[in-house]
Amino acid sequence: MAEMWLNMGPQHPMTHGLWNLRVKVDGETMTEAEPVIGYLHRGWEKITENRKFTQIIPMADRLCYGASMSWSHLYCLTMENLMEVEVPERAKWIRTIVLEAQRIGSHLMWLAALGTDLGSYTVFLYPVRERELFLDLMQNLCGARMTYNYPRIGGVRNDVPANFERDFTRVLNHFEKRLTDYEALCDQSTIFRMRMEDVGYLSAEKAKNLGVTGPNLRGSGVDYDVRRDDPYEMYDQVDWKVCVEKTCDAYARYRVKMDEMRESCNIIRQCIKRMKPGAIRVKPPRTAPKGKTGWAHVEDPRGEGFMYVIGNGDDRPYRLKVRSPIFVTVSAAPEMLVGYKIADVPAIMGSVDMCLGETDR
Amino acid sequence: MERIGLAPGGKTGEVLAQDIAQKFPQLVTITKATHNRLYAKVDKAALVPLCSYMKDNLDFEHVTCVGGVDWLEEKKMQVVYHITSYANKVTAELVVDLPRDQPEVDSITPLWGGANWHERETWDMFGIVFVGHPKLERLLNPAGTEVFPFRKDFVSGRRV
Repeated sequence: MAEMWLNMGPQHPMTHGLWNLRVKVDGETMTEAEPVIGYLHRGWEKITENRKFTQIIPMADRLCYGASMSWSHLYCLTMENLMEVEVPERAKWIRTIVLEAQRIGSHLMWLAALGTDLGSYTVFLYPVRERELFLDLMQNLCGARMTYNYPRIGGVRNDVPANFERDFTRVLNHFEKRLTDYEALCDQSTIFRMRMEDVGYLSAEKAKNLGVTGPNLRGSGVDYDVRRDDPYEMYDQVDWKVCVEKTCDAYARYRVKMDEMRESCNIIRQCIKRMKPGAIRVKPPRTAPKGKTGWAHVEDPRGEGFMYVIGNGDDRPYRLKVRSPIFVTVSAAPEMLVGYKIADVPAIMGSVDMCLGETDR
Repeated sequence: MERIGLAPGGKTGEVLAQDIAQKFPQLVTITKATHNRLYAKVDKAALVPLCSYMKDNLDFEHVTCVGGVDWLEEKKMQVVYHITSYANKVTAELVVDLPRDQPEVDSITPLWGGANWHERETWDMFGIVFVGHPKLERLLNPAGTEVFPFRKDFVSGRRV
């Protein structure tokens, strides 16, 4: 049969954002695939060269609207590395808590999107309902629901509100029960498993070589997590495990993210217990020396987020480079897609958790 | 308590730095090495041999990032590589200086597929040519763009 190229996107229900997946099909089987991105390119890195250091924090929020806390935190961590600022202990605990809450929120949004991809409207509605609770917690903390502008270079903006521990504990208790519901909805659904199992195979060697990171890498059986292996904030102080699955398919990537949500609850509980009163912020220098460099990498909900900054002698960066985890993961999409049927695309790309804000920057 | 972040049997950044310095005495300058970080300045001729050596002998499996820097006053361009070893839990920063009027460096995509889009983006934004790259085409900018917008002499806000 004659092969032909198909465009899935930029406007397509599978894409979750604005990108284009070009696939070459032979009948229904994909023989080649090529992701096309850039529709959301804003020149983020260039814009930052004309902004003061503090002005970049809310911009970093906009890198990924689903996980904005982890991006503004990564920016602050990078600047602290550049300016050699030591963050007070309480700020580190608070940051760890909000990062894990953000991870749960981001994973819930991914699960909801995966639900619509696979035609299960309940799997869309339930996670979105529980995500609202985490957004409420964040709103109590910093006044915003999605783009928080909460971390600061040298700490966090404000201390936790009254009843912070109580509210978090209540939400986590409720959420852990609901998590069992989602697993029942997905793992015990024949349709869900038929569509997720044995598609999108990505071997451990390929995943490492192609730069796939985060839950998608651990779904391929590679035991690496920046939080444990290059610890930042308080991740080396709490007791938690890295979730790894060995089957390398879309279902494994789904399982890793579900287990991670449980682990995040575990981390938050420990942090709340061990948090002590103290300072939440130190005053950082206003300028960075010319030519001095700093970098940091963190475990974003989607993979390894990385920033590299060069000082310019004044209060603006000379260059700020961002590594987005999904930018690299989507470049490995052909490896996951080729050989499968075109109807498997939503399941495979849905398991990856696309976010175009950070991909195109 | 054992040091967190270090795999059993893994090598520290200092050990890896010594290994690299012995293997490439002239062309690679180690600027700093700690237990999980490694900083080096690399001559562009030594980049691919060094990367092959790091990949095959020192277990560097993962390219974290490849990015360009335009030093307009110094008349040079830089490519900054961050390469991570999962086995040793060390991240290496390699800096390669290139002349600004002819920014060309060998591609490391044949070694690590993860560098593919990073190098493509760096070409797209800075015009740094990666020799041997499989597909050096526009990635974030539309096809047919004739400027390199992240260069310092590109005036932001102008109509292209």
